[in-house]
Amino acid sequence: MATLHTVNKSPFANQSLLSCLAHAKDGDTVLMIEDAVYGAASGTGLADAMAARSGVNLAALGPDLAARGIATERLLAGIKAVDYAGFVELAASHDRAQAWL
Amino acid sequence: MEDDVKKFLYVNRKAPYGTIYALEALEVVLIGAAFDQDVSLAFLDDGVFQLTKSQDTKEIGVKNFSPTFRALGDYEVTKLYVEKESLDERGLTADDLQEIMWEDEDDDWAEKPSIRIVSRAEMADVFADQDVILSF
Repeated sequence: MATLHTVNKSPFANQSLLSCLAHAKDGDTVLMIEDAVYGAASGTGLADAMAARSGVNLAALGPDLAARGIATERLLAGIKAVDYAGFVELAASHDRAQAWL
Repeated sequence: MEDDVKKFLYVNRKAPYGTIYALEALEVVLIGAAFDQDVSLAFLDDGVFQLTKSQDTKEIGVKNFSPTFRALGDYEVTKLYVEKESLDERGLTADDLQEIMWEDEDDDWAEKPSIRIVSRAEMADVFADQDVILSF
């Protein structure tokens, strides 16, 4: 009974990604899309908060990463880049989706 | 028909007047109430500001929709989950929130509180228990 969480705002502009991480349960997936993908890069002030939720699957949308010049090699360890088809797969493989607007 | 009832959760994470999200959420809840589903509302992060007492919007030229929350009971919307950590972070307590009651027809119309203060962990459980989550 896992939830797919989507976050679409930069974690450096508001608290949505942090709130999402604080509410996600083990086995859930957090998918960063649009400006939220800035939170997927390594070396940011958020790295510890992300690493602390090791039971949560982390993913970022590849086209949004590419649009913002974030190379896959720069992603935090454990974050998976997915394409649009992967997004659909995630939506289909979870029981519900929650958008953190 | 019972099999067709799904658990719907409306998630409120925005303060009431800076953006239109909070008012739109309430409108959708009222519309959705016509469909006899199992509806709950969640208030966390800045969403807890929607429920505070003593809102007065006369001088900003927008409708004060906070009294409408007190009408939700008439639409059988009786579960308003409010996150304690979000209140704490904003210097609020349950006493700063409006009293929102509903009448239980199965209990001689006893008045019962709709607001349920829950921890962050309990809020996560509320999310995980839903069929559909609508975010505002």
